Amino acid sequence: MNALKLHEGPSCLGFGTCLLACSLVAIAGTRAAEPEIQPATNNVAASGPGIVGVETAVLADAPNVPPPITRKHATKVVVNLEVQEVTRQLADGVDYVFWTFGGHVPGSFIRIRQGDLVEFHLNNHQDNKMPHNIDLHAVTGPGGGATSSFTAPGHTSQFSFTALNSGLYVYHCATAPVGMHVGNGMYGLILVEPPEGMPPVDREYYVMQGDFYTVGKYGDEGLQAFDMNKAIDERPTYVVFNGAVGSLVGDKALTAKVGERIRLYVGNGGPNLTCSFHIIGEIFDTVYAEAGTQASHNVQTTMIPSGGAAIVEFKVEVPGTYVLVDHSLFRAFNKGALGMLRVDGPPNQIVYSGKEIDAVYLGKAAGGSESEKRVAALKAEMSAEIKDNPKIATLTKEIQVEKGKGVYMQTCFVCHQPEGQGVPGQIPPLAKSDFLMANRENSIRGVLAGRSGEVVVNGKKYNAVMAPLQYLTDEQIANVVTYVRNSWGNLGDAVSAQEVRRIRGEVSAPAANPYE
Amino acid sequence: MKSNRIRFLLLLATCWVCVSAAGACAASNVPPGMVAITGGVFRPLFVSPTDPKQFPVPSFCLDALPVTNGDFLEFVRANPDWQRSRVKRLFADEWYLKNWAGDVALGTNAPPAAPVTFVSWFAARAYALWKGKRLPTTAEWELAAAAGTTGPDGKQDTEFQRQLQSWYSSPSGKLGNVGAGHPNYWGVYDLHGLVWEWVADFSTAMVTGDARADSELDRRLFCGSGAVGARDLTDYAAFMRYGFRSSLKADYCIHNLGFRCAKDL
Repeated sequence: MNALKLHEGPSCLGFGTCLLACSLVAIAGTRAAEPEIQPATNNVAASGPGIVGVETAVLADAPNVPPPITRKHATKVVVNLEVQEVTRQLADGVDYVFWTFGGHVPGSFIRIRQGDLVEFHLNNHQDNKMPHNIDLHAVTGPGGGATSSFTAPGHTSQFSFTALNSGLYVYHCATAPVGMHVGNGMYGLILVEPPEGMPPVDREYYVMQGDFYTVGKYGDEGLQAFDMNKAIDERPTYVVFNGAVGSLVGDKALTAKVGERIRLYVGNGGPNLTCSFHIIGEIFDTVYAEAGTQASHNVQTTMIPSGGAAIVEFKVEVPGTYVLVDHSLFRAFNKGALGMLRVDGPPNQIVYSGKEIDAVYLGKAAGGSESEKRVAALKAEMSAEIKDNPKIATLTKEIQVEKGKGVYMQTCFVCHQPEGQGVPGQIPPLAKSDFLMANRENSIRGVLAGRSGEVVVNGKKYNAVMAPLQYLTDEQIANVVTYVRNSWGNLGDAVSAQEVRRIRGEVSAPAANPYE
Repeated sequence: MKSNRIRFLLLLATCWVCVSAAGACAASNVPPGMVAITGGVFRPLFVSPTDPKQFPVPSFCLDALPVTNGDFLEFVRANPDWQRSRVKRLFADEWYLKNWAGDVALGTNAPPAAPVTFVSWFAARAYALWKGKRLPTTAEWELAAAAGTTGPDGKQDTEFQRQLQSWYSSPSGKLGNVGAGHPNYWGVYDLHGLVWEWVADFSTAMVTGDARADSELDRRLFCGSGAVGARDLTDYAAFMRYGFRSSLKADYCIHNLGFRCAKDL
């Protein structure tokens, strides 16, 4: 784990970071005073002193943020935000009716400057079922705007506020039942830049965590309904970054180049959980914890409260894949709170791979009711029939490979790496692996029961521990094993759920040795 | 007035006898298309310390079905002032009967047996008056809607609760016809799962009609205080109805907001 990682000292801390820290402190000191702004000479809005001109806010969907503000004066900013209730993917094959600010979870990123007068328009789309409003934590005033923005479907509300304090703030819907509106995805971030602006960095991204509560279990396919009881008990089915499992994984990973400075605007919409935000293999050079003015340095994990945010900055030194997690790890590995930052560039001598290994945990497998066993028997009969048709068998394998990729990118890639290349000396490769391809049943057994002890893969010795993944369904295991046995140069036959079920029975039998 | 009151008390007595015999009564003076709802106790979701925690609701009649496009077409034919092109803007906003093909033509987006929507509170009230009826109060509506399929209180009815959940969690879609589902204990259809419905006192989000209470209540629906005044945290379906009602103004016309009528017994 990262405790072993040697840090290079404060070399990453740029001058700009100090500038930001100082300016934020200065702002805090003058909170109640009028912002120091050149008096307007022309185009003065009827809105107040120091406000020059009018502009419409550029909004951005996560993981992108709007461009930095370059103007040196306060202005009137018109924000148009539309509430949309939309059906979107929460995980592979799992749909959910999200209530959103701007069509996505998290809501559109809003970027303004301290002292700006914001004319806010909340538009509730006419097809929506619910009334909504908005509480911006950047607003000073009762309800943060909520009492002035309560809007029925097909209507719009307008209110104005002056951004007195700089910082990164959460906004959310505050219509009763508030927890449900937030639990359905109604949150986002608004950045109020200090008058000097933010110190330049090479890349900025927008990441926001949220917990979701569905009637079905994790991975149950189809349209899933909100489960109020789970929400009250704070037992989320999903904990995700940017509104869906896998929203920052694979093709959608954040990207950077070696040597670049990265700034992440990280929020936590909740509604319930506090986020232990961590990037595997990175140390945050600077963290503005709780998005306040106090800069901390050399931080491994930063707490982000529900309804709060943090600004984290770091320089990427080594190419590779860095994994964003909520370090409350079962959320990361079992509920979806995983993302990726892919850094390209020339390799560095000091190579550190990010990896996470949990302690071995051997749970009992579910026994299954008589009815389930009967269904299994009938399905076995059916698949035997289908097997006779070679065309169907080919198509089935292709479907399995596609679905298996989803499982792999949620569960396996952190250790075995996105391209199955493994980690030299530590995690055996799956790509072109003689060990993998030699015995199909062993692979299934390894996923079900975990694995430890020395193995030789492609002539090299490895001695690592793999945790058992019994919580995966038979179908998921069949799909993921089929995927790894048919990817990155491997070519094998398909694994059936039936076969996994049989091996699961053996593995969970009391007499069997899970490690063979 | 006095005679009305006596009549009402008589009816109450009659009803009480019926109820003790067989749940919903089928008194002969219940107009066709309506059902009698036995009075009971209404416990508002939001109360301030000075408001009563509960109060009695007398028995009343309620339409078994929401008013349909077909029903409303008859109304605007008989009352041209309520046709889309002639309605006063004060009484109905730009969305009024937006899904109809014309002033007296429904078209494909407004099937005759689907509930009428895009109607303002003023329009709903005018329709009810034309029918010799009125809009139900919040207390009446909530009392009728609290019933499950087997009893007047659906709270313990898990299937009823599940149906509620699934509607609130499903996307808006094309509206089905009225009366397609199962009636509740009283014989009323579609109180949940089809459209929101206007009530006479929607703007109070409660039953006092007191302007002071209105502003108090409004605030209570927002962050923080939203749950403090609630009696039952799990009754989030009711939270949403209260929230929806308090977002309305009397001229609003919304795609999933219809109504049904009530009448004194």
